[in-house]
Amino acid sequence: MQLPPAVHARLAGGPGAAEPLPVERSPKAGAVPFRFTARQVRFPREHEFFEDGDVQRHLYLQDVLTQVAGAPERPRVPEFTCQVAGCCQVFDALEDYEHHYHTLHRNVCSFCKRAFPSGHLLDIHILEWHDSLFQILSERQNMYQCLVEGCTEKFKTSKDRKDHLVRRHLYPADFRFDKPKKNMSPATPRATVQVSAEALGAEGEQVEGDAMEVCSEPAGERHTAGRRIPPTICFGQGASRGFKSTKKRNKHQ
Amino acid sequence: MWLRRQGCLRPAGCGVEELRRRRREREAALRKARREQQLISKRLLRDDAPEEGEGGCVAVILGQAEIQQFLQLAQRGTEEKERGRALVSLRRGLQHPETQQTFIWLEGSMRTLVGLLTSNQALLQLEAARCLHELSHSEQSAVAEACLPATSYLLTYLSGHSSDFISPHVTVLEALGYALSQLLQAKEAPEKIIPSVLGSTLPQHMLQLLQPGPKLNFGVAVEFAWCLHYITCSQVNNALLITHGALSTLGLLLLDLAGAVQRTEDAGLELLACPVLRCLSNLLTEAAVGAVGEQMQLRDERVVAALFILLQFFLQKQPSLLPEGLWLLNNLTANSPSFCTSLLSLDLIEPLLQLLPVSNVVSLLVLTVLCNVAEKGPAYCQHLWPGPLLCSLLGTLAFSDTEVVGQSLELLQLLFLYRPEAAQAFLQQSGLQALERHEKEAQLQDRVHALQQTALHS
Repeated sequence: MQLPPAVHARLAGGPGAAEPLPVERSPKAGAVPFRFTARQVRFPREHEFFEDGDVQRHLYLQDVLTQVAGAPERPRVPEFTCQVAGCCQVFDALEDYEHHYHTLHRNVCSFCKRAFPSGHLLDIHILEWHDSLFQILSERQNMYQCLVEGCTEKFKTSKDRKDHLVRRHLYPADFRFDKPKKNMSPATPRATVQVSAEALGAEGEQVEGDAMEVCSEPAGERHTAGRRIPPTICFGQGASRGFKSTKKRNKHQ
Repeated sequence: MWLRRQGCLRPAGCGVEELRRRRREREAALRKARREQQLISKRLLRDDAPEEGEGGCVAVILGQAEIQQFLQLAQRGTEEKERGRALVSLRRGLQHPETQQTFIWLEGSMRTLVGLLTSNQALLQLEAARCLHELSHSEQSAVAEACLPATSYLLTYLSGHSSDFISPHVTVLEALGYALSQLLQAKEAPEKIIPSVLGSTLPQHMLQLLQPGPKLNFGVAVEFAWCLHYITCSQVNNALLITHGALSTLGLLLLDLAGAVQRTEDAGLELLACPVLRCLSNLLTEAAVGAVGEQMQLRDERVVAALFILLQFFLQKQPSLLPEGLWLLNNLTANSPSFCTSLLSLDLIEPLLQLLPVSNVVSLLVLTVLCNVAEKGPAYCQHLWPGPLLCSLLGTLAFSDTEVVGQSLELLQLLFLYRPEAAQAFLQQSGLQALERHEKEAQLQDRVHALQQTALHS
């Protein structure tokens, strides 16, 4: 099938619609015994028109899923350490390091050192936790915005927002993106090594109690040495947290 | 991830012929299953999977206590490898339907899995994604449904990273898209699942993942494009999708695909092109299209250029997708003088005619599109003749398929009506003889006679 060069040129050009030629129909067009009418067509799910494409899709899935079920091949490299100050995590696969860096060091709050899954969530965190104006404004208007991008709802309290996330966006019922500012008292400061399976910033949620709460102790309120978890063990979850700072954040690049 | 791995799986000692034979068998089995409305049976996806690739992995039934044990180990184990192995064991168990059931009814299990899907350790995230895959294979919709509540949360978490192409995140996103696509194929999906999906912010998330540009991940886009297809062809509330800008997003994606084809990056592009074409075609039929603002509609002439580049690609690589591409062309041109004009001004009539010999289905669609153009009147037919069209029509009149011939007759009527000189040329090129052959055919005879009269009186 030969395409004229104009086609490729047009694709590369700017958006726009063609100025239509004048339309002029005769009543004889498509009249009996003829029957043509220009008409859009829609096909429902089970229509046989989709058979070929569906079969191709499933062939592809069969191939892929067989591979997914297999063991992952993970190229190994000589061990190396994360270079971020205070982080001593060791890796022997680049993929793991890349993942570690992006999850723990990329969107970090420069006040409290908490790491967040995305720039968006980091921005919200800074606004709500480190902006002195926020508390004042939130007394008068709804300031807690929904965390789901595309949803424009705002709420009076973070609890209201949480309820909205659970009800409207089907978040898990015990899910918490933000931490309540009241203090939790953990039984003992556990080594947090084993409990950091959760997403950070997605703070909390699946594991009851634990390192999240230990880590989230406000620095200004509990200075007991035994309770402060050194950052190195906390996988960068952040031991100290500044309050109400008006410094501009400094996003890691 | 998907495509990088394609071609890595070659059972040892398997010749090319053997592979082709197996593929033909698999294809035949899938066709049969689809006709029996069984294609969504997840079982089929695993039936042919040979044990070779898995190293003797056998599905094991796990009890509640064992599942709990594996989950705890995965969550709180001291060593990453140990935690990973726990998930591998869990996954093997999840290949069995009984284990799947036990899993979803176990309190906190989904929650734990979701937590692992957002783990800050790559290995755990990957293994958790594999577990999600297993769950989404379940025949029992309750299992797949159990995955749904986490989706919005996971997408919020993961889409913040989509620009980083972090492999485990991408894997989880693909797994999620795949799980969702399985869910959306369930028989009860249109009544139960699709309305709640449409009522959430999932459609916006999905469309975001389909935006062309540097952030687009192909494997992820494929899964979510299929999700969108299952939603749109169920026709629950397509108007809503249009208000979210689905038409313009998918239109831009189509342009992107055509661009990729031009750069000959064709590794599996048809996997994404297919659902995109289907969504566009179905969405265009919605009345809502006329009701939304300019930028939400699909008017860009470049879409026609892109579509033809894709048709050319299909002709070479995947002819079975030609009908789907032509279906979109029909829906674009049927009610649009502008798109019909584009076909003419971009000189696309001749390329269209080159598709006629491919198959009866393709011929029929090509002729329908040409009728869409011709029925707009004399200004359009002026560009159809003189030209190669008449000769092609004399060719299609020789086809044995009644529908193809019938559509040729429709086109001739329009051509003769708006461009009478064409009728004379038709006569001179032995058109009457071409018509005579169908005089006895019940479905065609009235139209044949009418045309014979018109031609003779021209």
